[in-house]
Amino acid sequence: MSDPMAEIRASFFIECEELLESLQDGLQLMDDGDTDPETINIVFRAVHSIKGGAGAFGLDDLVRFAHRFETAMDEVRAGRFHPDGEAIRLFFACADILGDLVRAARDDDQVDDAVTGPVLEKLDKLVGLEEEEEEVLDFTPATLSLDFGDGLLDLPDLPDLSALPAAASSVEGLPSLDLPADMPALTAEALAETTTKGFTVHFKPENALYASGNEPLYLFRALRDIGDISVTCHCGDLPNLNQLDPDTGHLSWDVTVHTEESEQSVREVFEFVDGLCVLEIKPLTGTAAMIAPASAPVVEKVVEKAVETAAPEAAPIASPQKPPVSIKMVTAPAPTPKPAPVAKLPVDSDDDTLDEAPKDEKSGSFAPIKATGTPTQPRATVRVDLERIDRLVNLVGELVINQAMLSQSVTEAGLPPNSPVSTGLEEFLQLTRDIQESVMMIRAQPIKSLFQRMGRIVRESSASVGKDVRLYTDGENTEVDKTVIERLADPLTHMIRNAVDHGLESTEKRLERGKSREGHVTLTAQHRSGRIVIEVSDDGAGINRERVKQKAIEKELIPADAQLSDSEIDNLLFLPGFSTAAEISNLSGRGVGMDVVKSSIQALGGRISITSHEGEGTTFSISLPLTLAVLDGMVVRVADETLVVPLNAILETLTLTETDLKALGPETHVVQIRGGFVPLLDLGAELGYRKPQDSYVGGIVLLIGQEDGNRAALAVDAIEDQRQVVIKGLEGSYGRIPGIAAATILGDGQIALILDPTDLVGQASGRTRVRQPQHALVG
Amino acid sequence: MSLEVLAVDDSRTMRDMLNLALSSAGFTAHLAEDGVHGLEVLEDIHPDVIITDINMPRMDGFGFIDAVRAEAKWSRIPILVLTTESADELKAKARAAGATGWIVKPFDPAKLVKALQMVAG
Amino acid sequence: MTDTEKQTGSTSIELLSFRVGGQDYSVDIMSVREIRGSAKATSLPHAPFFVKGVINLRGTVLPIIDLSARLGLQSGEDTERNVIIVVDLGERTAGLMVDAVSDILAIPSEEMQPPPDLAADEAKTFVSALTIVDSRMIRILDLEAVMPPQGEEVA
Repeated sequence: MSDPMAEIRASFFIECEELLESLQDGLQLMDDGDTDPETINIVFRAVHSIKGGAGAFGLDDLVRFAHRFETAMDEVRAGRFHPDGEAIRLFFACADILGDLVRAARDDDQVDDAVTGPVLEKLDKLVGLEEEEEEVLDFTPATLSLDFGDGLLDLPDLPDLSALPAAASSVEGLPSLDLPADMPALTAEALAETTTKGFTVHFKPENALYASGNEPLYLFRALRDIGDISVTCHCGDLPNLNQLDPDTGHLSWDVTVHTEESEQSVREVFEFVDGLCVLEIKPLTGTAAMIAPASAPVVEKVVEKAVETAAPEAAPIASPQKPPVSIKMVTAPAPTPKPAPVAKLPVDSDDDTLDEAPKDEKSGSFAPIKATGTPTQPRATVRVDLERIDRLVNLVGELVINQAMLSQSVTEAGLPPNSPVSTGLEEFLQLTRDIQESVMMIRAQPIKSLFQRMGRIVRESSASVGKDVRLYTDGENTEVDKTVIERLADPLTHMIRNAVDHGLESTEKRLERGKSREGHVTLTAQHRSGRIVIEVSDDGAGINRERVKQKAIEKELIPADAQLSDSEIDNLLFLPGFSTAAEISNLSGRGVGMDVVKSSIQALGGRISITSHEGEGTTFSISLPLTLAVLDGMVVRVADETLVVPLNAILETLTLTETDLKALGPETHVVQIRGGFVPLLDLGAELGYRKPQDSYVGGIVLLIGQEDGNRAALAVDAIEDQRQVVIKGLEGSYGRIPGIAAATILGDGQIALILDPTDLVGQASGRTRVRQPQHALVG
Repeated sequence: MSLEVLAVDDSRTMRDMLNLALSSAGFTAHLAEDGVHGLEVLEDIHPDVIITDINMPRMDGFGFIDAVRAEAKWSRIPILVLTTESADELKAKARAAGATGWIVKPFDPAKLVKALQMVAG
Repeated sequence: MTDTEKQTGSTSIELLSFRVGGQDYSVDIMSVREIRGSAKATSLPHAPFFVKGVINLRGTVLPIIDLSARLGLQSGEDTERNVIIVVDLGERTAGLMVDAVSDILAIPSEEMQPPPDLAADEAKTFVSALTIVDSRMIRILDLEAVMPPQGEEVA
């Protein structure tokens, strides 16, 4: 089994992420004007829990920061500080740093003090607290180790009390206890050794002590862990039985402890009852001290005493609902240090540790929580290693391929479509798809965590450019494949930064134009026809197309006389080399690394497009497949190769007639479709499989639609099938191929390549762009 | 000597740790996520001792202690409060709420066991 | 293992030798995953001339390198009778298409010689060492060098 502490540590960091999420949520609510104490409590608790766990793992930096943050939140919680917008922004910054510290601790990294220092300073100033270095240091993280040290579980050797006459049930045994000389520990040798080391403790519990659930017997046992003890009980205050108030204690004790330990450790035993009893601790002074100061009448009222010893439990005795705990206490006649129970204890503990410990390890330890209950609140979840899920995903992928092969064999065997085998296979197909879908769902998670990270990007980038920006999010609970979420972080960060830096105007300009002072960036996610659409929009100035076009001409990305539609100009931003960070600062458009953004989105099987309206803002729209593992595709043949075209890229298929086809230049054709012209691309030629054909009349074309509204006609030799295929990445085994998204394995065991239509069309139209008919692209 | 312990804490990490520390010490650990859940668990088991966090959603530690103390069958169960706060202030608070003792987080397993023995044998 | 080392006084390396384009080559047997018959490869667009394509190796996509083309040798006769040696290079797996597998050889490491510097031969860059077995020269292939470039677009 792996190290349980390492497991808890790993799970702590997962919990931290959840806590950070609710922290962000809570702060957002506060920012929106929510003053519900429970909201503030959630925020406080999140920080508090992170601090608590961090302390246990000795993550000092994290503890220190969380402590200061917690202190500030406590001020808010207590109503001593009422945060305004600025304060909440600072809290957000603290939450961000807290997240950094958590991740740094997880990855054994560090966060620069230069980052945390100023924020903490502001925090203390804002909330009106002085730095409480002292208290911070007071919170000494104790690293949890499972070494229980000596003498804790293995109780110290105790004198053999079995020789004593008293039996547990014998009340007659009681009086003898008052004679310390009866304790075997007090042999001549023992006395010689211990005469001057130790303390006398006078202890008289008040009623409150019993009410608090404390129990003198256990205190004496704890004393016994420090050294040899002898106990004298004074029961002279005992009333008659008929006057006995079961809730009142009447006993007091004198205990002599022979120990090398300090008075402090003796005092610690009484820590929980401090103030609930009369407690006097004096150092032993010579052998005389050994003689107990006790001489009170003990022996009378034996019967009463039997009841009284149980006085702390008296109420339960009278009650039929007496809990087992009390029963135990009663059978071991309570506070009086009667030999039998005392003698039994160490024996018990030895037996237990020897016999039961292994058992407990089996049942307890890290086998999840005992059957006492799953919480009734949020839905139950199981944490599963991602690797296991991925194995399952792969296996199901194999199943789909296998099923396809089986179908093909059945068809080849010439079985009629409505034979029992074929029908059975049809059901098998349905089941396989259901399983596949369910498996994919396991990998999906809400996109919320990603959106929250973007909140931080907005806060930081807006602060750095001195703009007032507010992020609106929608569709945070949209579930997306985990890998997609992870790989979206970088491109999305880039886009959000761009929106803040370049999309939104400066505050002055906004005011000048009659816009709100605060710029808005909106981030949304939604499922739309089998894909996930994520949009980043701003209410800025929109793309300055004149500038963009000028720039592209200067960079020789387009000819000076190029006639481009608005959407084509917008798409120039995605061209590699369109602009660099250094140049963008004085350009009111965008473009910092948008080509990089585009290729990361494409690598996920996604598309990105822009729409922009002058003076109103710009929207980037990313469309992603629901899963990275399967795809609905059309199987086509071209130049003796089999290829799969993603179904969602195909608008329609048609057979070319002579009238549809128009020669454009010496090397290019366009296809006339319902009044519009669409460039014709020969798939075989584009992929380098063959030379362009002499004639395409009578040929089949797939009309491809793209996110940006552009279309293209792909000529293929034949359409073979339409089916779901399992995506096999090529990048791991071979590398990226232009125009190709991935590969799949068909029913006959052959590999077929899956087309990336946008990439293919992009590459092709890049060479023929100026020759394209403009009006066809607008539609 | 094998105590049955109910540990109530809203932090999963803390529950995991308590579970580890308790079961390693040979105790039987029952875990609950907050006060409400703790009371539900108490309907099924009768622990020798209860450990509870203070700040929890739904029902906090003080509310939980109140509820436990109010029920005759549970009123004598020793309760230890888990806290990160420094001792003096806490002592008063915990005691006022009806707690038997306290454990300062982050806890040392050895001290935890010692504290449990101080209140429940 | 250590016993035999002590006996012979040196370590030896096991090689899988094969013929390609009429020459004898070999690879460290530790990097060989399996040997299988040729299968129809799916060609890859824009691929380097020596990449034959990809085949399905029990559910994974395996790139096939036409070794004779890669080494600039005379291409073998009938590709249907070719053999594919599946080799593992850490993260990457690829199939080397060769004419025929010949033998497994154990060569003491001191009998390995570095290839002479003079050779202007193109294939030289793919040879990491040379050795003589039964008066035949065996070239030990540098697998890393043979692989197609990765990580960038092969356009």
